[in-house]
Amino acid sequence: MLVSLYRYNPDKDSEPYMQDIDLEVPAGKDLMVLDVLELLKEGDATVSYRRSCREGVCGSDGMNMNGKNGLACMTPISEVVKSDKLTLRPLPGLPVIRDLVVDMEQFYNQYKKIDPFLINDELPPGKERLQSPEDREKLDGLYECILCACCSTSCPTFWWNPDKFIGPAGLLQAYRFLADSRDTATEERLLKLEDPFSIFRCRGIMNCVSVCPKNLNPTKAIGHIRNMLLERAV
Amino acid sequence: MSTQITNFSRNGVSDWLVQRATAVICAVYAIVLVGYLLLTPEITYQQWKDLFSHTGMQIFTLITLLAICAHAWIGMWTTGTDYLRVHTMGEGADRVRFIYQIICILVLFVYLTWGFKILWGSA
Ligand code: SF4
Repeated sequence: MLVSLYRYNPDKDSEPYMQDIDLEVPAGKDLMVLDVLELLKEGDATVSYRRSCREGVCGSDGMNMNGKNGLACMTPISEVVKSDKLTLRPLPGLPVIRDLVVDMEQFYNQYKKIDPFLINDELPPGKERLQSPEDREKLDGLYECILCACCSTSCPTFWWNPDKFIGPAGLLQAYRFLADSRDTATEERLLKLEDPFSIFRCRGIMNCVSVCPKNLNPTKAIGHIRNMLLERAV
Repeated sequence: MSTQITNFSRNGVSDWLVQRATAVICAVYAIVLVGYLLLTPEITYQQWKDLFSHTGMQIFTLITLLAICAHAWIGMWTTGTDYLRVHTMGEGADRVRFIYQIICILVLFVYLTWGFKILWGSA
């Protein structure tokens, strides 16, 4: 199999380049893309990427594989490799630190903006704030996000306005707290989102939905927030 | 750097609502006009003139013209703040975007005043 790998070491290279590597893939096994990277690293220890849990929980190894974002540890090569070629690039739109390692600061800054924590100004009850099973159910499909950034970095609006558009990941989390029956900061949260950029730059092209390794649906969450904003306005 | 200063409303909710509402107005106007053209077998100059001398049609046309201006401005402003940016065209993008916005406003103003003149100028 031919692996075309994005390489960039700012200490040595004046600009990024693609390195073609012929790789002997063990027969009879459907490797994950992360396994391919480990094999490459055995041959060349300078190949850089992030990884940790290797089972789609930590969200570290988000990257662009043959043009589509995803987690390397959860993506079998049979799913992405076409005509025996695998092209690996860093997540698009974010500054590259080295090879497949990107600087996630812009992504986290947007996440920070939505106040990703429960706000409740009422006196806490003796034990814990309870929630009915129905209210708890409303958080399904929202809380599972692992912040891998696959969605936001596949979104052209996030590429164009990474400093002002919250992005699908941040907006999914914004709705996670807006939908939480225990949260009392709905008004403050909505107020922060009503400018023309934060959420309204979403054009609903649904790249986020098509790449999310957790099968979450940020576009739907964005629709819910927009409805909340509209209901509040009219 | 693009800010929302040049957007008149500075509010995404109202922009969103205005864009949808104006789109409906434009669509209804287009349907009415196409319907008129289809249902009128032969259109003479007099008929056409009569149509646009009707107060109802004049108001409808003016509302549509205003709707086009609002709709186009929100769309063009959005497009400009997406694509006419430092990351697409390098330094000087802010100046280019400002000139682009002025041109958009001028063109829309010409549409409006010209439409106004066509509707009432000769009456
Ligand atoms: S919504 Fe999905 S793709 Fe986006 S950060 Fe969360 S897990 Fe990753």
